[in-house]
Amino acid sequence: MKVTVTVNGSQVAAEVADRTLLVHFLREQAGLTATNVGCDTSSCGACTVLLDGQSVKSCTVLAAQADGCAVQTVEGLASGPDEMHPVQRAFRAEHALQCGFCTPGMVMATVSLLAENASPTEEEVRSALEGNLCRCTGYHNIVRAVLAAASERRPS
Amino acid sequence: MIPAPFTYQRAWSIDEALELVARGGEDAKFLAGGHSLLPLMKLRLAVPEILIDIGRLRELSYIRDDGNHIAVGALTSHHDLATSGLLASALPLLAHAAGQVGDPQVRHRGTIGGSLAHADPASDLPAVILALDATLVARGPSGSREIGAGVFFRGLFESALEPGELLTEICIPRPQPGGWSFQKFTKRAIDWAIVGVAVQGSSVALVNMGQTPLRASAVERALASGAGPADAAAHAAEGLTPSSDLNASSGYREHLARILVSRALEESVSRA
Repeated sequence: MKVTVTVNGSQVAAEVADRTLLVHFLREQAGLTATNVGCDTSSCGACTVLLDGQSVKSCTVLAAQADGCAVQTVEGLASGPDEMHPVQRAFRAEHALQCGFCTPGMVMATVSLLAENASPTEEEVRSALEGNLCRCTGYHNIVRAVLAAASERRPS
Repeated sequence: MIPAPFTYQRAWSIDEALELVARGGEDAKFLAGGHSLLPLMKLRLAVPEILIDIGRLRELSYIRDDGNHIAVGALTSHHDLATSGLLASALPLLAHAAGQVGDPQVRHRGTIGGSLAHADPASDLPAVILALDATLVARGPSGSREIGAGVFFRGLFESALEPGELLTEICIPRPQPGGWSFQKFTKRAIDWAIVGVAVQGSSVALVNMGQTPLRASAVERALASGAGPADAAAHAAEGLTPSSDLNASSGYREHLARILVSRALEESVSRA
């Protein structure tokens, strides 16, 4: 079937098998490979992207379900090639990654959280990231980064 | 891991969904958020030949105050349930439990109707709607019919929905004044409950203590005859035969049921 998705503001249209998963559409049709396939069972969150503004695990969404919708991946966050989104900056500043495999998903889950709750408590951050697994950091620096990004975004 | 091949069809209205499923027969399945069905399809535990995507039926996503009861559209997401101001005041048990399902990503996609129709005894919301004495509304080729939550769950992954029927609404009576609680025990945050319990007033329902979500009738009888939380909770596993699996033995589930029912009843009393 023909699927058209607005990915990071640009229309991507492709003829794909009905069973194509959104994550494969993003990686193979849109050519955006930052979104990782981790567990492939909707547990790890590495494939998290925003679908019409809400975080979803793109390994558990059909490309067909996203037809006509807007998808944002981590590649679409920064406003320019030399820029970083505040959440990306905070992840770098707080050393919130080691191997980096979970990072695109962590960052997108954070963007979704901050859109819904601009001033989360530490506990709210931890529970909002329940669906994203990191096997390197032990999470503390990730939580610090999310709190730092939240406080940077708040108008002082 | 991708699902076995199937034909994808998209319904733009309830009538179109019913037409498509009538045409597809037993090879067709409805796809709502897909967070129960797609993982099963990837594992080849479900192999429907036709998927009818009802995800665009916005008219089935609502939470409405109908006076004596609250009407919830079957396609309302867990996220929308968890963040609804109306539910927070009228049915806090449902709002709270919906906020405990899976993780934020799952709650953005998963729907109450999908969760109920899937009839997984380990899911949270089936036990919640049992405790709330909800009525489910199904639409089929010959019109709508109402099914009480108590007779909706027939067996493991088996509901009272007939082939060709679509669950459209969940009608929940406003509870009598009283407390509520939802407790579940998981190994990891996003896991299904090893055991869970939903309490609304003197109604107590259990997650994952049998082939279907269940009312803890022995606990309810004890409460009705004046037992306190701890004494009533001692009856939590009475007459039940929970399964043994990788997560827990049957005996451990019985133990958890007694502990969680006790905590839930105490929390409920403290909220009343």
